[in-house]
Amino acid sequence: MSGGQGSPAAGGRVVRLAETGRRPVTFFLDGRECVALAGDTVLTAILASTPAVRRSDFGPEGRAGFCLMGACQDCWVWPEQGPRLRSCSTPVAEGMRLLTTPPGDWP
Amino acid sequence: MTAPAPPRVVIVGAGPAGIRAAQTLVAAGLAPVVIDEGARAGGQIYRRPPEGFTRPPETLYGPEAPKARDLHAVFDRMVAAGQLHHHPRSSVLAVAGGELHVQSDAGGSRIGYDRLILATGATDRLAPVPGWQNPGVFSLGGVQIALKAQGVALGRRMVLAGSGPLLTLVAAQLLKAGGTVAAVLDTAPLGGQLAAWAGLAARPGLALRGLAMRARLGRLYHAGVSLDRIEADERGPVAIRWRDASGRPRETACDMVGLGWHLRAETHLADLAGCRFAYDETWAQWLPMADRMGRAGNGVYLAGDGLRILGADGAELAGRLAAAACLADLGLPAPDPRADLRRLARLERFARGIARAFPWPADMVRALPDEAVVCRCEGITAGALGDTVEYGGPEANRAKSLGRVGMGRCQGRYCQLAAAELIAARTGDTAARDVGRLRGQAPVRPLLVGAWEKTP
Repeated sequence: MSGGQGSPAAGGRVVRLAETGRRPVTFFLDGRECVALAGDTVLTAILASTPAVRRSDFGPEGRAGFCLMGACQDCWVWPEQGPRLRSCSTPVAEGMRLLTTPPGDWP
Repeated sequence: MTAPAPPRVVIVGAGPAGIRAAQTLVAAGLAPVVIDEGARAGGQIYRRPPEGFTRPPETLYGPEAPKARDLHAVFDRMVAAGQLHHHPRSSVLAVAGGELHVQSDAGGSRIGYDRLILATGATDRLAPVPGWQNPGVFSLGGVQIALKAQGVALGRRMVLAGSGPLLTLVAAQLLKAGGTVAAVLDTAPLGGQLAAWAGLAARPGLALRGLAMRARLGRLYHAGVSLDRIEADERGPVAIRWRDASGRPRETACDMVGLGWHLRAETHLADLAGCRFAYDETWAQWLPMADRMGRAGNGVYLAGDGLRILGADGAELAGRLAAAACLADLGLPAPDPRADLRRLARLERFARGIARAFPWPADMVRALPDEAVVCRCEGITAGALGDTVEYGGPEANRAKSLGRVGMGRCQGRYCQLAAAELIAARTGDTAARDVGRLRGQAPVRPLLVGAWEKTP
Protein backbone atom coordinates (compact mmCIF):
# COMPACT_ATOMS: atom_id res chain seq x y z
CA MET A 1 0.00 0.00 0.00
CA SER A 2 1.57 3.22 -1.11
CA GLY A 3 -0.48 5.41 1.23
CA GLY A 4 -2.67 6.38 -1.69
CA GLN A 5 -0.07 8.67 -3.21
CA GLY A 6 -0.06 6.97 -6.58
CA SER A 7 2.27 4.18 -7.48
CA PRO A 8 5.96 5.05 -7.53
CA ALA A 9 5.97 4.24 -11.22
CA ALA A 10 3.59 7.14 -11.76
CA GLY A 11 6.44 9.45 -10.78
CA GLY A 12 6.51 12.79 -9.09
CA ARG A 13 5.09 16.19 -9.89
CA VAL A 14 8.09 18.47 -10.25
CA VAL A 15 9.64 19.20 -13.61
CA ARG A 16 13.26 20.23 -13.41
CA LEU A 17 13.71 23.27 -15.65
CA ALA A 18 17.18 24.41 -14.56
CA GLU A 19 20.13 23.63 -12.29
CA THR A 20 20.14 19.97 -13.34
CA GLY A 21 23.91 19.53 -13.22
CA ARG A 22 24.01 19.07 -9.45
CA ARG A 23 25.36 16.02 -7.65
CA PRO A 24 22.79 13.24 -7.06
CA VAL A 25 21.75 12.54 -3.46
CA THR A 26 20.19 9.28 -2.34
CA PHE A 27 17.52 9.23 0.36
CA PHE A 28 14.81 6.86 1.53
CA LEU A 29 11.09 7.62 1.46
CA ASP A 30 8.91 5.13 3.36
CA GLY A 31 11.80 2.69 2.99
CA ARG A 32 12.08 3.13 -0.77
CA GLU A 33 15.33 4.44 -2.25
CA CYS A 34 14.91 7.74 -4.13
CA VAL A 35 17.33 10.07 -5.88
CA ALA A 36 17.36 13.86 -5.57
CA LEU A 37 19.95 16.54 -6.30
CA ALA A 38 22.23 18.31 -3.82
CA GLY A 39 20.59 21.61 -2.90
CA ASP A 40 17.05 20.24 -3.20
CA THR A 41 14.78 20.92 -0.29
CA VAL A 42 13.20 17.83 1.21
CA LEU A 43 9.96 19.01 -0.45
CA THR A 44 11.49 19.18 -3.93
CA ALA A 45 13.24 15.86 -3.36
CA ILE A 46 10.04 14.07 -2.38
CA LEU A 47 7.88 15.70 -5.06
CA ALA A 48 10.40 14.62 -7.67
CA SER A 49 9.50 11.03 -6.80
CA THR A 50 5.85 11.13 -5.74
CA PRO A 51 2.92 13.58 -5.96
CA ALA A 52 2.39 14.23 -2.23
CA VAL A 53 4.46 14.42 0.96
CA ARG A 54 1.85 13.34 3.51
CA ARG A 55 -1.85 12.72 4.13
CA SER A 56 -4.16 15.45 5.39
CA ASP A 57 -4.78 15.28 9.15
CA PHE A 58 -8.49 15.89 8.69
CA GLY A 59 -9.42 14.82 5.17
CA PRO A 60 -8.89 12.04 2.68
CA GLU A 61 -6.52 13.86 0.37
CA GLY A 62 -2.75 13.90 0.15
CA ARG A 63 -0.78 17.09 0.75
CA ALA A 64 2.16 18.43 -1.23
CA GLY A 65 2.99 21.69 0.56
CA PHE A 66 1.38 24.99 -0.29
CA CYS A 67 3.35 28.19 0.42
CA LEU A 68 6.98 26.97 0.21
CA MET A 69 8.00 29.81 2.55
CA GLY A 70 7.51 28.28 5.96
CA ALA A 71 4.18 29.95 6.67
CA CYS A 72 1.55 27.26 6.09
CA GLN A 73 3.11 24.16 7.73
CA ASP A 74 1.45 21.96 5.11
CA CYS A 75 4.65 20.12 4.17
CA TRP A 76 5.63 18.37 7.38
CA VAL A 77 7.28 14.98 7.02
CA TRP A 78 8.86 12.72 9.60
CA PRO A 79 12.36 11.31 9.81
CA GLU A 80 12.42 7.67 10.92
CA GLN A 81 14.18 9.00 14.05
CA GLY A 82 13.57 12.41 15.57
CA PRO A 83 11.11 15.27 15.32
CA ARG A 84 9.14 16.28 12.24
CA LEU A 85 10.61 18.49 9.55
CA ARG A 86 9.17 21.38 7.57
CA SER A 87 10.19 19.99 4.21
CA CYS A 88 10.12 23.28 2.23
CA SER A 89 12.86 24.74 4.43
CA THR A 90 14.99 21.66 5.12
CA PRO A 91 17.74 20.68 2.68
CA VAL A 92 17.80 17.01 1.69
CA ALA A 93 20.88 15.12 2.87
CA GLU A 94 22.56 11.94 1.74
CA GLY A 95 21.03 8.87 3.37
CA MET A 96 18.08 10.72 4.95
CA ARG A 97 15.32 8.29 5.93
CA LEU A 98 11.89 9.97 5.73
CA LEU A 99 8.29 8.93 6.32
CA THR A 100 5.14 10.38 4.78
CA THR A 101 3.10 9.20 7.76
CA PRO A 102 3.90 10.05 11.38
CA PRO A 103 5.71 7.36 13.35
CA GLY A 104 3.84 5.81 16.27
CA ASP A 105 5.17 8.27 18.84
CA TRP A 106 4.20 11.38 16.85
CA PRO A 107 5.67 14.02 16.63
CA MET B 1 34.84 55.09 33.48
CA THR B 2 32.96 52.74 31.16
CA ALA B 3 30.86 53.88 28.24
CA PRO B 4 27.16 53.10 28.46
CA ALA B 5 26.20 49.83 26.79
CA PRO B 6 25.17 50.39 23.17
CA PRO B 7 21.44 50.05 22.57
CA ARG B 8 20.31 46.58 21.56
CA VAL B 9 18.42 46.88 18.26
CA VAL B 10 16.93 43.71 16.82
CA ILE B 11 15.61 43.39 13.27
CA VAL B 12 13.27 40.51 12.39
CA GLY B 13 13.42 39.68 8.70
CA ALA B 14 16.24 39.97 6.15
CA GLY B 15 14.32 40.94 3.04
CA PRO B 16 14.67 44.35 1.37
CA ALA B 17 13.28 46.19 4.42
CA GLY B 18 15.36 44.36 6.99
CA ILE B 19 18.56 44.66 4.97
CA ARG B 20 18.18 48.42 4.44
CA ALA B 21 17.29 48.90 8.10
CA ALA B 22 20.43 47.00 9.11
CA GLN B 23 22.56 49.00 6.68
CA THR B 24 21.26 52.29 8.11
CA LEU B 25 21.96 51.21 11.68
CA VAL B 26 25.42 49.91 10.83
CA ALA B 27 26.24 53.20 9.09
CA ALA B 28 25.39 54.92 12.38
CA GLY B 29 27.81 52.67 14.27
CA LEU B 30 25.33 50.20 15.80
CA ALA B 31 25.64 46.43 15.51
CA PRO B 32 22.08 45.15 15.15
CA VAL B 33 20.91 41.58 15.57
CA VAL B 34 19.16 40.30 12.43
CA ILE B 35 16.92 37.24 12.84
CA ASP B 36 15.64 35.63 9.66
CA GLU B 37 13.97 32.38 8.67
CA GLY B 38 15.88 32.18 5.39
CA ALA B 39 19.15 30.31 5.08
CA ARG B 40 20.53 33.31 3.14
CA ALA B 41 19.39 36.92 3.40
CA GLY B 42 17.23 38.34 0.63
CA GLY B 43 13.63 37.70 1.66
CA GLN B 44 11.14 36.12 -0.69
CA ILE B 45 11.13 38.29 -3.82
CA TYR B 46 14.94 38.45 -3.83
CA ARG B 47 15.30 34.96 -2.44
CA ARG B 48 18.61 33.31 -3.20
CA PRO B 49 18.97 29.67 -4.26
CA PRO B 50 21.15 27.41 -2.10
CA GLU B 51 24.93 27.54 -2.50
CA GLY B 52 26.09 25.77 -5.64
CA PHE B 53 23.25 26.87 -7.92
CA THR B 54 24.48 28.59 -11.04
CA ARG B 55 21.77 30.77 -12.63
CA PRO B 56 22.81 34.44 -12.47
CA PRO B 57 20.61 37.10 -10.83
CA GLU B 58 19.58 38.30 -14.30
CA THR B 59 17.88 34.94 -14.86
CA LEU B 60 16.38 34.79 -11.37
CA TYR B 61 15.18 38.36 -10.93
CA GLY B 62 14.93 39.75 -14.47
CA PRO B 63 15.06 43.56 -14.65
CA GLU B 64 15.26 43.73 -10.83
CA ALA B 65 18.59 41.87 -10.81
CA PRO B 66 20.73 44.95 -9.99
CA LYS B 67 18.60 45.64 -6.91
CA ALA B 68 18.84 42.03 -5.79
CA ARG B 69 22.62 41.95 -6.33
CA ASP B 70 23.06 45.14 -4.34
CA LEU B 71 20.92 44.01 -1.40
CA HIS B 72 22.66 40.64 -1.19
CA ALA B 73 26.11 42.23 -1.45
CA VAL B 74 25.34 44.90 1.17
CA PHE B 75 24.17 42.28 3.63
CA ASP B 76 27.00 39.84 2.98
CA ARG B 77 29.57 42.61 3.44
CA MET B 78 28.11 43.57 6.81
CA VAL B 79 28.17 39.94 7.95
CA ALA B 80 31.75 39.44 6.73
CA ALA B 81 32.87 42.60 8.51
CA GLY B 82 31.24 41.51 11.75
CA GLN B 83 29.05 44.62 11.74
CA LEU B 84 25.89 42.76 12.68
CA HIS B 85 24.81 39.52 14.30
CA HIS B 86 22.99 37.35 11.76
CA HIS B 87 20.74 34.52 12.94
CA PRO B 88 19.68 32.67 9.77
CA ARG B 89 17.20 29.76 9.75
CA SER B 90 15.70 31.16 12.96
CA SER B 91 12.05 31.82 13.74
CA VAL B 92 10.82 34.35 16.27
CA LEU B 93 7.98 32.57 18.04
CA ALA B 94 6.96 35.15 20.61
CA VAL B 95 7.54 38.68 21.85
CA ALA B 96 7.16 39.23 25.57
CA GLY B 97 8.75 41.38 28.27
CA GLY B 98 11.32 42.97 25.98
CA GLU B 99 12.52 39.61 24.72
CA LEU B 100 12.13 37.60 21.56
CA HIS B 101 11.73 33.84 21.87
CA VAL B 102 13.69 32.38 18.98
CA GLN B 103 13.77 28.85 17.63
CA SER B 104 16.60 27.63 15.43
CA ASP B 105 18.20 24.31 14.52
CA ALA B 106 20.22 24.62 17.72
CA GLY B 107 17.13 24.91 19.93
CA GLY B 108 15.39 27.77 21.66
CA SER B 109 16.88 31.02 22.90
CA ARG B 110 15.82 34.42 24.15
CA ILE B 111 17.12 37.65 22.69
CA GLY B 112 16.49 40.91 24.53
CA TYR B 113 16.01 44.23 22.77
CA ASP B 114 15.77 47.92 23.49
CA ARG B 115 14.35 48.67 20.05
CA LEU B 116 12.65 46.22 17.71
CA ILE B 117 12.31 46.60 13.94
CA LEU B 118 9.81 44.16 12.46
CA ALA B 119 10.31 43.56 8.74
CA THR B 120 8.31 40.36 8.49
CA GLY B 121 7.01 40.81 4.94
CA ALA B 122 3.92 39.19 3.55
CA THR B 123 2.49 35.96 2.28
CA ASP B 124 0.15 35.42 -0.62
CA ARG B 125 -3.43 36.46 0.12
CA LEU B 126 -5.60 33.43 -0.52
CA ALA B 127 -9.24 32.92 -1.33
CA PRO B 128 -10.57 29.37 -1.19
CA VAL B 129 -11.59 27.66 -4.41
CA PRO B 130 -13.50 24.38 -4.02
CA GLY B 131 -10.90 21.63 -4.29
CA TRP B 132 -7.95 23.79 -3.21
CA GLN B 133 -7.08 21.36 -0.43
CA ASN B 134 -5.76 18.83 -2.93
CA PRO B 135 -2.05 18.11 -3.39
CA GLY B 136 -0.71 20.09 -6.32
CA VAL B 137 -2.51 23.33 -5.44
CA PHE B 138 0.05 25.90 -4.31
CA SER B 139 0.23 29.59 -3.54
CA LEU B 140 1.52 31.72 -6.43
CA GLY B 141 4.46 32.78 -4.28
CA GLY B 142 5.22 29.12 -3.66
CA VAL B 143 5.20 28.43 -7.39
CA GLN B 144 7.65 31.29 -7.88
CA ILE B 145 9.92 30.11 -5.05
CA ALA B 146 10.05 26.63 -6.56
CA LEU B 147 11.26 28.08 -9.83
CA LYS B 148 13.62 30.67 -8.37
CA ALA B 149 15.18 28.78 -5.47
CA GLN B 150 14.97 25.21 -6.81
CA GLY B 151 14.79 25.51 -10.60
CA VAL B 152 11.62 23.42 -10.81
CA ALA B 153 8.06 23.72 -12.06
CA LEU B 154 5.52 22.13 -9.72
CA GLY B 155 3.53 20.64 -12.60
CA ARG B 156 3.67 19.60 -16.23
CA ARG B 157 0.63 21.62 -17.22
CA MET B 158 0.01 24.54 -14.88
CA VAL B 159 -2.88 26.93 -14.37
CA LEU B 160 -2.27 30.15 -12.45
CA ALA B 161 -5.34 31.84 -11.02
CA GLY B 162 -6.19 34.76 -8.77
CA SER B 163 -5.17 38.36 -9.26
CA GLY B 164 -2.36 40.81 -8.63
CA PRO B 165 1.08 41.58 -10.02
CA LEU B 166 2.46 38.17 -9.12
CA LEU B 167 -0.07 36.37 -11.35
CA THR B 168 1.33 37.79 -14.58
CA LEU B 169 4.91 37.77 -13.35
CA VAL B 170 4.98 34.11 -12.30
CA ALA B 171 3.31 33.06 -15.55
CA ALA B 172 5.87 34.97 -17.59
CA GLN B 173 8.76 33.54 -15.56
CA LEU B 174 7.51 29.96 -15.93
CA LEU B 175 7.08 30.31 -19.68
CA LYS B 176 10.52 31.85 -20.05
CA ALA B 177 12.06 28.98 -18.06
CA GLY B 178 10.41 26.41 -20.33
CA GLY B 179 7.39 25.46 -18.22
CA THR B 180 3.98 24.72 -19.71
CA VAL B 181 1.23 27.11 -18.61
CA ALA B 182 -2.29 26.14 -19.73
CA ALA B 183 -4.11 29.29 -18.60
CA VAL B 184 -3.72 32.46 -16.54
CA LEU B 185 -7.08 33.23 -14.91
CA ASP B 186 -7.47 36.72 -13.44
CA THR B 187 -10.58 37.40 -11.36
CA ALA B 188 -10.09 41.17 -11.78
CA PRO B 189 -12.26 42.58 -14.57
CA LEU B 190 -10.48 44.58 -17.27
CA GLY B 191 -12.72 47.60 -16.64
CA GLY B 192 -11.57 47.87 -13.03
CA GLN B 193 -7.96 47.49 -14.08
CA LEU B 194 -8.34 50.45 -16.46
CA ALA B 195 -10.15 52.55 -13.86
CA ALA B 196 -7.16 52.19 -11.53
CA TRP B 197 -4.79 53.65 -14.12
CA ALA B 198 -4.59 57.01 -12.35
CA GLY B 199 -2.83 55.35 -9.42
CA LEU B 200 -0.69 53.12 -11.61
CA ALA B 201 0.55 56.18 -13.52
CA ALA B 202 2.60 57.07 -10.42
CA ARG B 203 5.11 54.52 -11.75
CA PRO B 204 4.46 54.49 -15.50
CA GLY B 205 7.54 52.43 -16.37
CA LEU B 206 6.60 49.62 -14.03
CA ALA B 207 2.96 49.69 -15.11
CA LEU B 208 3.96 49.45 -18.78
CA ARG B 209 6.36 46.62 -18.04
CA GLY B 210 3.47 44.72 -16.44
CA LEU B 211 1.25 45.36 -19.47
CA ALA B 212 3.96 44.19 -21.85
CA MET B 213 4.41 41.02 -19.82
CA ARG B 214 0.65 40.51 -19.92
CA ALA B 215 0.62 41.01 -23.71
CA ARG B 216 3.21 38.26 -24.10
CA LEU B 217 0.86 35.83 -22.34
CA GLY B 218 -1.51 36.36 -25.27
CA ARG B 219 -4.48 34.03 -25.34
CA LEU B 220 -3.43 32.26 -22.13
CA TYR B 221 -4.62 35.31 -20.13
CA HIS B 222 -8.29 35.78 -19.23
CA ALA B 223 -9.58 38.73 -17.17
CA GLY B 224 -12.78 38.95 -15.19
CA VAL B 225 -13.15 35.20 -14.59
CA SER B 226 -14.87 33.36 -11.74
CA LEU B 227 -13.30 30.18 -10.40
CA ASP B 228 -15.80 27.37 -9.75
CA ARG B 229 -13.87 24.25 -8.80
CA ILE B 230 -10.55 22.43 -8.99
CA GLU B 231 -11.26 18.86 -10.10
CA ALA B 232 -8.76 16.37 -8.68
CA ASP B 233 -7.95 12.70 -8.43
CA GLU B 234 -5.59 10.93 -6.00
CA ARG B 235 -2.52 12.58 -7.52
CA GLY B 236 -3.91 16.09 -7.55
CA PRO B 237 -5.61 18.47 -10.00
CA VAL B 238 -6.87 17.20 -13.33
CA ALA B 239 -8.78 20.33 -14.39
CA ILE B 240 -10.07 23.69 -13.22
CA ARG B 241 -13.64 24.77 -13.96
CA TRP B 242 -14.15 28.48 -14.40
CA ARG B 243 -16.43 31.01 -16.07
CA ASP B 244 -15.18 33.65 -18.44
CA ALA B 245 -16.05 37.35 -18.27
CA SER B 246 -19.33 36.75 -20.09
CA GLY B 247 -20.29 33.96 -17.68
CA ARG B 248 -19.66 31.08 -20.08
CA PRO B 249 -18.52 27.88 -18.31
CA ARG B 250 -15.01 26.77 -19.26
CA GLU B 251 -12.73 23.93 -18.21
CA THR B 252 -8.96 23.75 -18.51
CA ALA B 253 -7.05 20.51 -18.04
CA CYS B 254 -4.04 20.84 -15.71
CA ASP B 255 -2.03 18.97 -13.08
CA MET B 256 -1.16 21.98 -10.90
CA VAL B 257 -2.97 25.14 -9.83
CA GLY B 258 -1.24 28.19 -8.36
CA LEU B 259 -3.54 30.56 -6.47
CA GLY B 260 -3.08 34.03 -5.03
CA TRP B 261 -4.79 37.38 -4.76
CA HIS B 262 -1.97 39.85 -4.18
CA LEU B 263 -0.47 39.85 -0.67
CA ARG B 264 -1.43 39.57 2.99
CA ALA B 265 0.77 41.39 5.48
CA GLU B 266 2.49 39.09 7.98
CA THR B 267 1.51 40.78 11.25
CA HIS B 268 1.56 38.13 13.99
CA LEU B 269 4.68 39.54 15.68
CA ALA B 270 3.47 43.13 15.43
CA ASP B 271 0.31 41.95 17.17
CA LEU B 272 2.27 40.26 19.97
CA ALA B 273 4.46 43.36 20.31
CA GLY B 274 1.35 45.37 21.14
CA CYS B 275 0.79 47.26 17.89
CA ARG B 276 -2.68 48.57 17.22
CA PHE B 277 -4.46 47.68 13.99
CA ALA B 278 -6.84 49.39 11.58
CA TYR B 279 -8.80 47.89 8.72
CA ASP B 280 -7.55 49.11 5.36
CA GLU B 281 -10.26 49.18 2.71
CA THR B 282 -7.86 49.34 -0.23
CA TRP B 283 -5.87 46.29 0.72
CA ALA B 284 -8.96 44.65 2.27
CA GLN B 285 -7.17 43.48 5.42
CA TRP B 286 -6.17 44.56 8.92
CA LEU B 287 -2.83 46.34 9.02
CA PRO B 288 -0.77 47.52 12.00
CA MET B 289 -0.70 51.25 12.73
CA ALA B 290 2.47 53.30 12.59
CA ASP B 291 3.51 56.81 11.65
CA ARG B 292 5.00 57.52 8.22
CA MET B 293 8.46 56.56 9.49
CA GLY B 294 7.19 53.23 10.78
CA ARG B 295 7.06 54.09 14.50
CA ALA B 296 4.46 51.89 16.16
CA GLY B 297 5.20 52.93 19.77
CA ASN B 298 6.88 51.21 22.72
CA GLY B 299 10.20 51.01 20.89
CA VAL B 300 8.70 49.00 18.04
CA TYR B 301 9.18 49.98 14.39
CA LEU B 302 7.54 48.41 11.35
CA ALA B 303 8.86 48.31 7.80
CA GLY B 304 8.00 46.66 4.50
CA ASP B 305 5.03 44.62 3.39
CA GLY B 306 4.20 43.72 7.00
CA LEU B 307 3.13 47.36 7.46
CA ARG B 308 2.08 48.65 4.03
CA ILE B 309 2.04 46.49 0.92
CA LEU B 310 4.26 48.56 -1.33
CA GLY B 311 6.43 45.76 -2.73
CA ALA B 312 10.19 45.43 -2.68
CA ASP B 313 11.08 49.01 -3.65
CA GLY B 314 8.80 50.40 -0.97
CA ALA B 315 10.25 47.94 1.51
CA GLU B 316 13.78 49.25 0.92
CA LEU B 317 12.59 52.80 1.64
CA ALA B 318 10.56 51.73 4.65
CA GLY B 319 13.52 49.84 6.10
CA ARG B 320 15.72 52.91 5.89
CA LEU B 321 13.00 55.09 7.38
CA ALA B 322 12.29 52.77 10.30
CA ALA B 323 15.99 52.64 11.13
CA ALA B 324 16.26 56.43 10.84
CA ALA B 325 13.33 56.81 13.25
CA CYS B 326 14.95 54.34 15.61
CA LEU B 327 18.25 56.25 15.53
CA ALA B 328 16.53 59.59 16.09
CA ASP B 329 14.57 58.17 19.04
CA LEU B 330 17.83 56.88 20.53
CA GLY B 331 19.24 60.39 20.30
CA LEU B 332 21.76 59.34 17.65
CA PRO B 333 22.51 61.13 14.38
CA ALA B 334 20.00 59.91 11.79
CA PRO B 335 19.86 60.35 8.01
CA ASP B 336 17.47 62.98 6.67
CA PRO B 337 14.29 61.08 5.77
CA ARG B 338 12.58 63.70 3.61
CA ALA B 339 13.56 62.38 0.17
CA ASP B 340 12.65 58.80 1.14
CA LEU B 341 9.31 59.98 2.55
CA ARG B 342 8.45 61.68 -0.75
CA ARG B 343 9.36 58.56 -2.72
CA LEU B 344 7.38 56.43 -0.29
CA ALA B 345 4.28 58.55 -0.91
CA ARG B 346 4.61 58.04 -4.65
CA LEU B 347 5.06 54.29 -4.25
CA GLU B 348 2.00 54.19 -2.02
CA ARG B 349 -0.14 55.91 -4.70
CA PHE B 350 0.99 53.24 -7.13
CA ALA B 351 0.49 50.39 -4.68
CA ARG B 352 -3.04 51.51 -3.85
CA GLY B 353 -3.71 51.67 -7.59
CA ILE B 354 -2.50 48.08 -7.91
CA ALA B 355 -4.69 47.00 -5.01
CA ARG B 356 -7.74 48.60 -6.64
CA ALA B 357 -6.90 47.16 -10.07
CA PHE B 358 -6.58 43.62 -8.68
CA PRO B 359 -9.11 43.47 -5.85
CA TRP B 360 -9.88 40.84 -3.27
CA PRO B 361 -12.66 38.64 -4.78
CA ALA B 362 -15.21 39.23 -2.02
CA ASP B 363 -18.23 38.18 -4.08
CA MET B 364 -16.64 34.93 -5.20
CA VAL B 365 -15.79 34.05 -1.59
CA ARG B 366 -19.28 34.93 -0.36
CA ALA B 367 -20.75 32.63 -3.02
CA LEU B 368 -18.67 29.60 -1.94
CA PRO B 369 -20.80 26.44 -1.69
CA ASP B 370 -21.28 24.97 1.80
CA GLU B 371 -19.10 21.94 1.00
CA ALA B 372 -16.07 24.06 0.03
CA VAL B 373 -13.11 23.74 2.40
CA VAL B 374 -12.24 27.14 3.90
CA CYS B 375 -9.56 26.00 6.38
CA ARG B 376 -7.06 23.82 4.52
CA CYS B 377 -5.27 22.85 7.74
CA GLU B 378 -8.24 21.14 9.34
CA GLY B 379 -10.63 20.64 6.44
CA ILE B 380 -13.34 22.92 7.82
CA THR B 381 -16.02 23.81 5.29
CA ALA B 382 -17.91 27.02 4.59
CA GLY B 383 -21.05 25.29 5.85
CA ALA B 384 -19.44 24.30 9.16
CA LEU B 385 -18.13 27.84 9.62
CA GLY B 386 -21.62 29.15 8.93
CA ASP B 387 -23.04 26.87 11.63
CA THR B 388 -20.74 28.38 14.27
CA VAL B 389 -21.97 31.83 13.30
CA GLU B 390 -25.55 30.65 13.87
CA TYR B 391 -24.89 29.72 17.50
CA GLY B 392 -21.77 31.74 18.33
CA GLY B 393 -22.41 35.04 16.66
CA PRO B 394 -20.60 36.94 13.91
CA GLU B 395 -17.17 37.51 15.46
CA ALA B 396 -13.91 36.17 14.01
CA ASN B 397 -12.31 35.00 17.28
CA ARG B 398 -15.50 33.31 18.49
CA ALA B 399 -15.85 31.53 15.16
CA LYS B 400 -12.24 30.38 15.56
CA SER B 401 -12.84 29.09 19.12
CA LEU B 402 -16.04 27.32 18.22
CA GLY B 403 -15.33 26.18 14.68
CA ARG B 404 -11.51 26.04 14.55
CA VAL B 405 -11.19 28.16 11.40
CA GLY B 406 -7.87 29.89 12.09
CA MET B 407 -6.85 27.41 14.79
CA GLY B 408 -4.82 25.04 12.61
CA ARG B 409 -1.18 24.79 11.62
CA CYS B 410 -1.09 27.98 9.54
CA GLN B 411 -2.75 29.93 12.38
CA GLY B 412 -5.23 31.61 10.09
CA ARG B 413 -2.72 32.95 7.59
CA TYR B 414 -4.50 31.41 4.62
CA CYS B 415 -8.13 31.29 5.77
CA GLN B 416 -8.85 34.27 7.99
CA LEU B 417 -9.71 36.81 5.29
CA ALA B 418 -12.06 34.41 3.53
CA ALA B 419 -13.55 33.34 6.86
CA ALA B 420 -14.28 36.97 7.75
CA GLU B 421 -16.02 37.39 4.40
CA LEU B 422 -18.15 34.30 4.97
CA ILE B 423 -19.03 35.28 8.54
CA ALA B 424 -20.09 38.72 7.29
CA ALA B 425 -22.15 37.14 4.50
CA ARG B 426 -23.98 34.99 7.06
CA THR B 427 -25.01 38.05 9.02
CA GLY B 428 -26.64 39.85 6.15
CA ASP B 429 -25.34 43.01 4.67
CA THR B 430 -22.23 43.45 6.82
CA ALA B 431 -18.63 43.98 5.75
CA ALA B 432 -15.65 41.76 6.55
CA ARG B 433 -14.23 44.46 8.82
CA ASP B 434 -17.34 44.25 11.04
CA VAL B 435 -16.53 40.70 12.17
CA GLY B 436 -13.32 41.83 13.83
CA ARG B 437 -9.68 40.84 13.60
CA LEU B 438 -8.27 37.43 14.44
CA ARG B 439 -5.87 38.00 17.36
CA GLY B 440 -2.34 36.70 16.91
CA GLN B 441 -1.24 34.06 19.40
CA ALA B 442 2.19 32.87 20.46
CA PRO B 443 3.94 30.78 19.32
CA VAL B 444 3.50 32.24 15.84
CA ARG B 445 5.00 29.09 14.34
CA PRO B 446 4.27 25.58 15.63
CA LEU B 447 6.83 24.89 18.33
CA LEU B 448 8.74 21.66 18.78
CA VAL B 449 8.62 21.30 22.54
CA GLY B 450 11.52 18.86 22.50
CA ALA B 451 13.66 21.31 20.56
CA TRP B 452 12.73 24.17 22.89
CA GLU B 453 13.79 22.09 25.88
CA LYS B 454 17.32 22.04 24.48
CA THR B 455 17.44 25.74 25.42
CA PRO B 456 20.72 26.30 27.23
